[in-house]
Amino acid sequence: MSKRKLTDAHLPVGECITQVQEILRERLCCQKLPDRPEGVEAQHKHLLELLKRTAVHGESNSVLIVGPRGAGKTMLLKCVLRDLLEDKEVQKNLLQVHLNGLLQTDDRIALKEITRQLHLENAVGDKVFGSFAENLAFLLEALKKGDRSSSRPVLFVLDEFDLFAHHKNQTLLYNLFDVSQSAQAPIAVVGITCRLDVLELLEKRVKSRFSHRQIHLLSSLTFPQYLERVRTQLSLPDDFPDGKFAEDWNASVKTLCEDKSVEDVLQRHFNSSKDARSMHMLLMFCLSRVSVSRPAIKPADLLEASRLCFADAKANMLHGLSILELCLIIAMKHLNDVYEGEPFNLQMVHNEFKKFLQRKSNSMYNFDQPVIMKAFEHLQQLELIRPVDSSSAKIQREYQLMRLMIDHSQIMEALQKYPQCPTDVKQWAMSAFG
Amino acid sequence: MKYSSRLRVRRSYRWLGEPLSFNRKLKTYEYRSLAISVEGLPRTTVINTGQHIFIEGEDEDNPYVAKVVRLLGDESGKQKKAVVQWFVRVSEVPLSKLKLLGREPHPLEIFYYQGRSCDDEVDAGSILRPVQVKHLDGAAPFPDSDHKDILYVKLSWDSKTFRAVDPALVDPELAPASSPPPRPCPKPSLPPSPPSSPPAAAPASRGPPRRALPTPDLAILRRALSGEARYSRATMSAGKPGAAEAESLHSATKLSASKCLSAKRRNASGRTPGVRKKLELSSPDKKSMIREDILSQLLDEELESEVMLAQRLSSSPPRTLPLTHSLTPLRKAHGALAAAAQGAFPLKPSSVVLSKLSETSSPPSPARATTPSRKKEPKTLKEPALGVLAEVDHENSPMLPDAATTPRSSKRKSAQLVSSRIRKQLNLLDSHKDLISDGEDEDEFVPSRKELQSSSEEEEEEGDGELDSDEEVVLKKGRHAATPKPKQRTRSGTRTPRKTPSKKTTPSTPRTPRTPHRATPSIPSRSLPARQPANVLEEARTRLHVSSVPESLPCREQEFQDIYSFVESKIIDGTGGCMYISGVPGTGKTATVHEVMRCLQHAAEVDEIPPFHFIEINGMKMTDPHQAYVQILQKLTGQKATADHAAALLEKRFSNPAPRKESTVLLVDELDLLWTRKQNVMYNLFDWPTRRHARLVVLTIANTMDLPERIMINRVASRLGLTRMSFQPYSFKQLQQIIMSRLNKVKAFEEDALQLVSRKVAALSGDARRCLDICRRATEICEHSAADPSATGLVGMSHVMEALNEMFSSAYITAIKCASVQEQLFLRAVIAEFRRLGLEEATFQQVFVQHQALCRVEGLQPISVSEGLAVCQRLGACRLLLLEPSRLGVLQRVRLNVSQDDVLFALKAD
Repeated sequence: MSKRKLTDAHLPVGECITQVQEILRERLCCQKLPDRPEGVEAQHKHLLELLKRTAVHGESNSVLIVGPRGAGKTMLLKCVLRDLLEDKEVQKNLLQVHLNGLLQTDDRIALKEITRQLHLENAVGDKVFGSFAENLAFLLEALKKGDRSSSRPVLFVLDEFDLFAHHKNQTLLYNLFDVSQSAQAPIAVVGITCRLDVLELLEKRVKSRFSHRQIHLLSSLTFPQYLERVRTQLSLPDDFPDGKFAEDWNASVKTLCEDKSVEDVLQRHFNSSKDARSMHMLLMFCLSRVSVSRPAIKPADLLEASRLCFADAKANMLHGLSILELCLIIAMKHLNDVYEGEPFNLQMVHNEFKKFLQRKSNSMYNFDQPVIMKAFEHLQQLELIRPVDSSSAKIQREYQLMRLMIDHSQIMEALQKYPQCPTDVKQWAMSAFG
Repeated sequence: MKYSSRLRVRRSYRWLGEPLSFNRKLKTYEYRSLAISVEGLPRTTVINTGQHIFIEGEDEDNPYVAKVVRLLGDESGKQKKAVVQWFVRVSEVPLSKLKLLGREPHPLEIFYYQGRSCDDEVDAGSILRPVQVKHLDGAAPFPDSDHKDILYVKLSWDSKTFRAVDPALVDPELAPASSPPPRPCPKPSLPPSPPSSPPAAAPASRGPPRRALPTPDLAILRRALSGEARYSRATMSAGKPGAAEAESLHSATKLSASKCLSAKRRNASGRTPGVRKKLELSSPDKKSMIREDILSQLLDEELESEVMLAQRLSSSPPRTLPLTHSLTPLRKAHGALAAAAQGAFPLKPSSVVLSKLSETSSPPSPARATTPSRKKEPKTLKEPALGVLAEVDHENSPMLPDAATTPRSSKRKSAQLVSSRIRKQLNLLDSHKDLISDGEDEDEFVPSRKELQSSSEEEEEEGDGELDSDEEVVLKKGRHAATPKPKQRTRSGTRTPRKTPSKKTTPSTPRTPRTPHRATPSIPSRSLPARQPANVLEEARTRLHVSSVPESLPCREQEFQDIYSFVESKIIDGTGGCMYISGVPGTGKTATVHEVMRCLQHAAEVDEIPPFHFIEINGMKMTDPHQAYVQILQKLTGQKATADHAAALLEKRFSNPAPRKESTVLLVDELDLLWTRKQNVMYNLFDWPTRRHARLVVLTIANTMDLPERIMINRVASRLGLTRMSFQPYSFKQLQQIIMSRLNKVKAFEEDALQLVSRKVAALSGDARRCLDICRRATEICEHSAADPSATGLVGMSHVMEALNEMFSSAYITAIKCASVQEQLFLRAVIAEFRRLGLEEATFQQVFVQHQALCRVEGLQPISVSEGLAVCQRLGACRLLLLEPSRLGVLQRVRLNVSQDDVLFALKAD
C-alpha cells in the first residue's frame, strides 16, 4: 500500500474508496446525467430549440424520440430539460406532464394522471375524479380554454410511446396531437419509443395530426469511442477530495484500458451491444470488487465481470439439477435428435432412460415411476421443458407432449462443468445415438 | 334525472260537439271545442277556438302561449291537432333584440308573434290549460296585477321588430272557460293603491328579466293561481343538481321530506342563496309554492284552480315558514330564535297574519336598513310604467345615505301597530339583524344588475304593502303581505350570501358535485407573456403552424359554396337534412365546415338568415359513442344527463313541436367512431333531421368515402341520404397556393423550394398538415444552418430537401447500419436461414445455428444462447425483427420486419 500517504491533505484509503464507490455508483446505477450529451449534440440542439419555442413562443409541437434501448433517449430528454430549465423564463412558465406507457395502461388512468400532474384536480370539485367521459371533457375544455399567448405551455412526455398507440381508438394521442395542431393551450408532445415502426401504429387521422418530427438516436459508436467512454466512466473527477488518490486511480484506469486482454473483453462487449446499460452493468461488477485491500480495478476483475455477464442462464440452471434430472434432459436431447425436434412425453423419456440403464450404465439404477414423474415436473417448473399446448387438463401427465427449451450446446456446456458427473452419463450425452 | 322521475299528470282529450266541417283533401274534421279532463278529477276544461292557451314547452315553468285558431282531428279521431297563433314571452325574445323595445318589458307581457319561422300546428296533447290574454293600448300602463293567469299584449314581434298590434287579433271571442275566478281580497285593511302604483318595479322584481332563462317568479306565480300542481311536483322530484335549477328543486324535495323544523330551516336557508345566486329561478315565493303544492298533494291530487287557490289562501300562515327560515343564513347562531319564530307563525290565526300584512313595508326590525329609503320611493315611483330603469337607478342612489337612519315605520300607522307586535316576538332577532343589514346595504348597492333587481324587488314589496288595493295585486301580495318580515328577511338573506361567498357556501344544500360542470378548468396562465416572432423566419413559422387560422381557405371554394348553400337553405326553410363529407386526413374538411359556420353565424347576426345553434361533436373526443348524446345535450341546453337520459331528452326535443325553435346545425366529426353494434347512435343522428319539427341539420365528417356503404346498416345509410361530398387530396398547385396564402407576402421561401415541398406532399398524401409541417421544419433547418443567426436568408432547396428526408425517410437502414456487430450478424443469420428453409420464418434455435456458423466464419468468438437471445430481443424491440413472446425462449419464431434486400443493402454498405 505504497499509495497511503499520511499527510494531512490525503484522506485515509478507506475513506477514498468509499468516495470512489459513491461517485462511480451514482454514475453507473443512478443514471446521473452527463454534463453534456456525447455523440448526440445535433439531436440535443434540435430538441432544445423545439421545446424552447414551446416554452417561450407558445408554439405547439410534437416530436418523437426513437432509438434502440439504452441509446440514451431519456438521458437526452433529461439533459434538454435540465438545460431548458436553466432559463428563468422557461422555468416559471413550463408545466410538465410525464406519462409512461407501462404505468398508464389505458386512457382513463392517463387522464387522471394528467389532471393530477397539472394540479387541476382541485378544480374538479369535491369528488376528485369523475367518470372517464367527464375527465376527458374536462381536460379538453381546460386545454381549449387556453390560447397561445396567455396560457402556460405544457410539456407532455410520453415514455414508451408505442404502448399509448394501443389504447382504445388512440383517443389520448388524437386529442393531444389535435391540441398541438390547433389554436389552444400551447403544448409540446414528446414521445419516447424504441420502435422504429411507431408511425405505422398510429391511425391515419392521428398520424396526420402528428408533426412527423422524429429524432433518431442511432449511435454510430466506434470501438475507440467506446473504449474512451469506459475510461471516462471510470475516471474520477478533478474535484475529488484526495487529489493524489484520484491521480493514481485515473492512471490505473488508463493502464487498465490499454491492457490487451481488457481490450479484447471490451471488444466482445462492444460487438454484442453498444448500449450504455450493458456497459454500466459490466463496470458495476468491476467496481463491486474494489475494496481497501484492492484499491484499483485490475484486468482480472474485468475478465471475471465479463464472464459473469456472458454466462449462459440456462446452462447455469442445469448445474443445479440432480443426476436423475440431468439424465432425463440427456434422454430428451437424444429424443430430439432422433425425432428431429418432435415433441415427446414422459413415457418416451422414461423409456429412453431405461434403455440407457440397460445398455450402458453401471453407476445408475432405475427409479420408480413416481420419482421420475417428480423429476419431470421439477424440470417443467424450471421451464427447461414446456408443454406443447397449455390445455392439458384432459391428458394424463405421463402422455402430455413436451418440448425441450434448451439448446444442445447448452447441455454440453453444462455437462462439462457439472461437478462429479458420472463418466457413463457424460459419454451417453456425447454419443450420437442413445 | 329531472324528467324521468317526474310524475306526469295524465290528461285525456276529446272533442266536444260535432265537427264543424270536413276537409276532404286533408281528411280532417274541424271542431269548435276540445275538452281536457285530468285523470282522477271529475272536472273538465274546455278549450274553444279563439281562446288563449298554454302549450307545453321546453320550460316547464314558462309554457308557451298561443291562441287557438282551429281545432282539427283526423278521421280516426286519434290525432288531435290545433292550429294556433303564437305569442312570445319576454324571455323568448333574443336578448339583443329586446333593446328594440325601448323599455323594460313587463314580466307578464307577451308579444303577438308574426314571424314566419314557426310551425303553427301543435299536437292537442301539448295543450295545458287556457289562459287569459288582454290587449293593452301601446301607451297604457300595465295594470298592477298579480293575477298570473292574465297576460298582456301590447306589441307584436316578427323576430325583427316590435309593432303595435290590433286588439281584434288578440282578444278572444270567448272568455276562458275555466279561468280562475277573481279571488277574495285577503287584505282588507290595506289602503287602496293607485292602479299605476309601482308597476315598473314589478318586472325587475320578478326575477332577472333579461336572462336567457325564463323569468321564474312569473311562472311560479301563475302556476300557483291556476293550481298546476303538476309543475311543482315535477320540480320537487327533480333530483340531480345538474343545473342550479335542479339544485333548488333538490332542496325542495328535502323540504317536503323532512318535517323536522331544524332540518327545514337548514334547507330553506340553503335553498335561498343557492337558488338566487345561480339561476334566480326560484324566489321565496316559489318555495312557499312548492310547500303548498306538497301540502295539496298530500291531501289530494288537486289540480283545479279553485281548490288550490282556496288552499293557498287559507294556508297562508304556514307559508311563512320557509321565509322565516331564510333568516338562518344570516345568522346561524340564532337558529333557535328563528325556530321559535317559526313555531309562532304557523300557529297564529290567519287574521293575525293578515293584519301583519298591512305592515309589510314597515318591518319591525330596525335592521331593515333599506326599507326606509324605499318606503318613500313608492310615491316617487307613481309614474307610468315606462320609467322603470330610471326609477330603479334613482331608487338605488339614495339608498346608501339614508339607510338605517330614517325610522321606517313612521309612515304608516297600521304598519306601526303590527310592527310593535312582531317586535315583541322577534326582538332578539332584530337586534342582530341590525348589524347585518347595515353591512349588507353598504356592499349591496353596487350598481350591478342583480342588485338592481333585488332592490327593486324589495321596493315593490314595500309599495305593495302600502298601496295594495287592486284585487289582483292583493292576491299576489297576499303572500308577501301574509309574511311580511320573513319575506323581507329572506331577501336580505338571499342577498348576503351572494355578496359573501363564504356565507353562501356554508348553508348551501348538501350537494356533491359529482360532475365538474361548475368547475372552470383552465391551464394556468403564464407569468411572462409569450415572445413574439422576431425575424422573418419565425414569423413565417408562426404563420405556417397548422393552428394559425388562415384568413381564408383557398382551394376549397367549391366545397365551401356547396356546404354553405346546403346549410343556408335548410336554415331558411326551417327544415332538416344530413350531409356526409369524406376525405383523407388533412384535406380541410373540418376547417371548411367551420369556415361555413363562421360565415353563416355572421349572416345570422346581420339578420340575413334566421338565427341558429351550431354545435360540434367529435367521435374522437368522447370515450364512448353514446357520450354523443350527452355532449349534444350539454351543448344545446347546458344540461347534464346520463347517456340514456340525454338520448330521451333529445328525442323529445327533436320530435315534439316547439314554437320559435331555432334551427340546429350539428357537426359530427370522425363519424366512424360513433359506430356501435346496433348503430343506434348513428340511426338517431340521421333520423332526427327527418322529423318534422326537428329543424336539425347534421353535417358528418369521416375519412372514407364509402363509409355509409361499408359500415352502416341499410336503415341508417338510407337516412343519411345521398347528399355526399368528397374532399379530394390537394394537388401540388393547391398546396402551393395554401402555403402562399398562409405566408401572406412574408418572403421566407424560395419559389422552387415551395414547389418541391408541395409536389412531394401531393405525390405522397396531399395532406396539407404535412405540407405545413415540412415547411415549418425547413425554416428551422434554415435558421440553424446559417452561421450568423441575424443573417438568415431564404429557405432554399437544400433546407427543404433535408426536412423532407427527415420526415419521409425510413430509419430502418440507418438503424441496421448502426447496430452492433452481433446484431448485424444475427440479421444475416436470419436471412441465411430463410434462404435455407425457403420460408420467411424460422425458430430462434434454427437461426442461432446459422449465427454460430457465421461467427466462426467472421472470426468472432461464438456467443452463448442467452446472449444470442438478448441480441434477438434487442432487434425485436426495434421492430427490425418480429418475434413471438419471449417466454418461448429458443423456440420462438423469428420473422424479418424489413425486406431482405434492405438488410443486405445496409450490411453491404459497410
